[in-house]
Amino acid sequence: MRVGVVTFPGSLDDRDAARAVRVAGGEAVALWHGDADLRGVDAVVLPGGFSYGDYLRCGAIARFAPVMERVVDAARGGLPVLGICNGFQILCESHLLPGALIRNDHRKFVCRDQPLRVESAATAWTSGYAAGQEIVIPLKNGEGGYVADQRTLDELEGEGRVVVRYLGDNPNGSYRDIAGVANARGNVVGLMPHPEHAVEALTGPGTDGLGFFTSVLEGLVRA
Amino acid sequence: MTIDTVELAAKTPDQPQPWDELGLKEDEYQRIRDILGRRPTNAELAMYSVMWSEHCSYKSSKVHLRQFGEKAPESDALLVGIGQNAGVVDIGHGYAVTFKIESHNHPSYVEPYQGAATGVGGIVRDILAMGARPVAVMDSLRFGPLDADDTHRVLPGVVAGVGGYGNCLGLPNIGGEVVFDPSYAANPLVNALCVGVMKHEDIHLANATGVGNKVVLFGARTGGDGIGGASILASESFDDTKPSKRPAVQVGDPFMEKVLIECCLELFEAKVVEAIQDLGAAGISCATSELASNGDGGMHVQLEKVLLRDPSLTPGEIMMSESQERMMGIVTPENLDAFLAITAKWDVETAVIGEVTGTGRLIIDWHGETIADVDPRTVAHDGPVYERPFARPSWQDSLQADGPESLPRPSSGDELRGTLLRLLASPNLTSKAWITDQYDRYVLGNTVLAQPEDAGVLRIDESTGLGVAIATDGNGRYAKLDPYTGAQLSLAEAYRNVATTGARPLAVTDGLNFGSPEDPAVMWQFAEAIRGLADGCQALGTPVTGGNVSLYNQTGDAAILPTAIVGLLGVLDDVGRRTPQGFRESGQVIYLLGETRDEFGGSEWAWAEHGHLGGRPPSVDLAAERELAEILVNASRDGLIDAAHDLSDGGLAIALAESVLRYGVGARVWVPDGLDPFVFLFSESQARAIVAVPRSEEVRFTDMCSARRFSHQRIGVVDDGGVLDLQGQFSVPVDELRTAHGSTLPSAFEA
Repeated sequence: MRVGVVTFPGSLDDRDAARAVRVAGGEAVALWHGDADLRGVDAVVLPGGFSYGDYLRCGAIARFAPVMERVVDAARGGLPVLGICNGFQILCESHLLPGALIRNDHRKFVCRDQPLRVESAATAWTSGYAAGQEIVIPLKNGEGGYVADQRTLDELEGEGRVVVRYLGDNPNGSYRDIAGVANARGNVVGLMPHPEHAVEALTGPGTDGLGFFTSVLEGLVRA
Repeated sequence: MTIDTVELAAKTPDQPQPWDELGLKEDEYQRIRDILGRRPTNAELAMYSVMWSEHCSYKSSKVHLRQFGEKAPESDALLVGIGQNAGVVDIGHGYAVTFKIESHNHPSYVEPYQGAATGVGGIVRDILAMGARPVAVMDSLRFGPLDADDTHRVLPGVVAGVGGYGNCLGLPNIGGEVVFDPSYAANPLVNALCVGVMKHEDIHLANATGVGNKVVLFGARTGGDGIGGASILASESFDDTKPSKRPAVQVGDPFMEKVLIECCLELFEAKVVEAIQDLGAAGISCATSELASNGDGGMHVQLEKVLLRDPSLTPGEIMMSESQERMMGIVTPENLDAFLAITAKWDVETAVIGEVTGTGRLIIDWHGETIADVDPRTVAHDGPVYERPFARPSWQDSLQADGPESLPRPSSGDELRGTLLRLLASPNLTSKAWITDQYDRYVLGNTVLAQPEDAGVLRIDESTGLGVAIATDGNGRYAKLDPYTGAQLSLAEAYRNVATTGARPLAVTDGLNFGSPEDPAVMWQFAEAIRGLADGCQALGTPVTGGNVSLYNQTGDAAILPTAIVGLLGVLDDVGRRTPQGFRESGQVIYLLGETRDEFGGSEWAWAEHGHLGGRPPSVDLAAERELAEILVNASRDGLIDAAHDLSDGGLAIALAESVLRYGVGARVWVPDGLDPFVFLFSESQARAIVAVPRSEEVRFTDMCSARRFSHQRIGVVDDGGVLDLQGQFSVPVDELRTAHGSTLPSAFEA
């Protein structure tokens, strides 16, 4: 199974995402922001970092990248897409996911091992978890506060589209402790924490993040 | 605008020049005139003044720094030594690691965020210029008192700057230190370390060789930022509509640097660039003169081809600008198109500004007129060298005579308990998580250990587990009491920290931060510290590969504590074998390695509890440090220990508390017969560590220590009771330790 990892100018966690795909047993395929070509991949990861410097608003420029036209089209057609951190911000800016990410309420960058609850196992990227399962994966961001209007939030909750929720202290002021959400179909997931940093016990707080990558690979095998 | 050309300079020998305002001494100015056989042009004056500055020329420190080369121990590991952008060390399997520490102290005081951010940016470019991929950063910080108003201006900005820049480059921050002392008020220290990795064959030296090769400037455009004292150069222009008083602090753009890193690595990989030099202090003046003097000796530059952010800049300002995120490359004519294609791919603006010549001269033209014509060696290497007078200060004897012996000591269990909790909460020993949680330690996915571990550990090769460990340490209080011993104690601590993780110590980079070299007392501290460090490195077999000197860190007559920061790099054949700091397994036995003596001079206890600094620092025993390191490295390799923590500031009690706090376990500890409980808990005797030994390995471990005749005492057992129990003295719940240890910085900065 081939999983594309997009590199934008300023992407930082693209190597990590590719490693996570490999650790999960998939083949990682490098995709370039300037190429309107998905190279026939079976799924796409938009990694963390600072695309184009994010001078305007996180992800605001990346949504106009040539590669994103293809990602948006393919996602609407059902291609599994995972946005991590900056990738989540890009998915929101691209309107593949509702809501927006704003500056952390405490105004500082935060890097910590974050306990989460998997609220929905009904997505392409979380099917390997049990709903309600508690996991720990790194969180690291300066603009990770998830916001949306009340109606959207109610809709997300009602439709089971809140994918992961922060446990313990809310690390960034996200509404309703939301750490990640999905689209209605469940193929597009965005989250602020970094599952790709928790795929090896040696270099992460554990291996709780690996499930995101094995979930999509197993789903693709079944499909 | 009238341009000052070489021709004009020859005709107008008596034209007054602002050498004084540019920081040159009269004899230095005269020497430039003698070298050139005429007065310098304004552009030449700008070049010489920045390149002959203390910062670039090491004119006060050079005569002492030579010892690092003269006393360098035999080492198979050293591939590139002092003098290049950074030293390079062989770590085996064809891998080479380059690392260096650099200061950005004064800019960080003036503008904390940008000063610290560009400090990180500068050292990262040094590492990149060697041909290496930067893989991690560390920061060694010093501030005034925690409760001082100015610390609340400087510290949050510095931390945000180090974090903001490093996080945006995608480099994990794997450690460092933070120390508070009144001497650093108005003189904060921001020393940033970067480490990079490459294969041996990819090492690049910054030399301009090959007549006819192109000189290419790429990256950010050149602007008017970072021009020290540039207002003087307004004398070059008779047009007073142009902006004056350029800001002296550079402004960084980490996104540009991230793109530049990837671009440079692709240029190296495609083999389309002969050499790359970063533009740091003194900008184009430095890059052109260093590249030329390290190479075939000639270069011809057309300065008007430099891409500018501000078209009103004068040639002198362009030469001196310290605009960030710029690189200079040497490219063969055949490779130029391929080079330009790669910079275009990364949207990096590029200009061919000149070429390498065989003339032995660095000639700079401005729209066809020659504004500089110099021998590049006279600019880059033949600057002034001073034998500054130095003298042991008159107060040194009385400082050493004022020992800690008369300070009241805690004796009862309750007093010892209170001392531990107060020390854990003291600014220098408190948890630094409030700071390090603002740094990304995970990016790149190879961080095996990071703060608050004894050293940062990185995986270098995924297939073999080959990795490195790096620690930075620098105890200014010990060095104030005795700069020779103090510098060795900083070295010993960094060495011990690296070995504690199981890594074999290999090489050193040093950040030497002192007061004014014009004060003989400071110069004596400096000379003694270097002598101590060079002797120490020789004894430990770890050569100094490069580093940085920062002088004039003082306000009025009051210099900072003499602060030699040592960055020490070690290698682990398999990072899977690394030894972490925290106790984890209930039932494991705690051993104290090394001899404990009654040593409190310069200690954290004396300072935090009594505001006292006097006497002699702990004695240094480098042979014992070597022995301890071998025990720790062998024990890690053979799987004899599951946790280890070095003993340093605050002594055993602090190390025990940190070791139980890491994973929230408990421990029962007893005081060995014949030791005073207070000395046992808080002495800062050196060459010591605590380890947790699985019972199944206890005999093998103690046999190894006995065979080496190294002191090892069974002092306790790890348990899961959630209490640190000092039997017969006191006990403290781990939660209470955690509150004491974790609250100080949040309550200081979140209030």
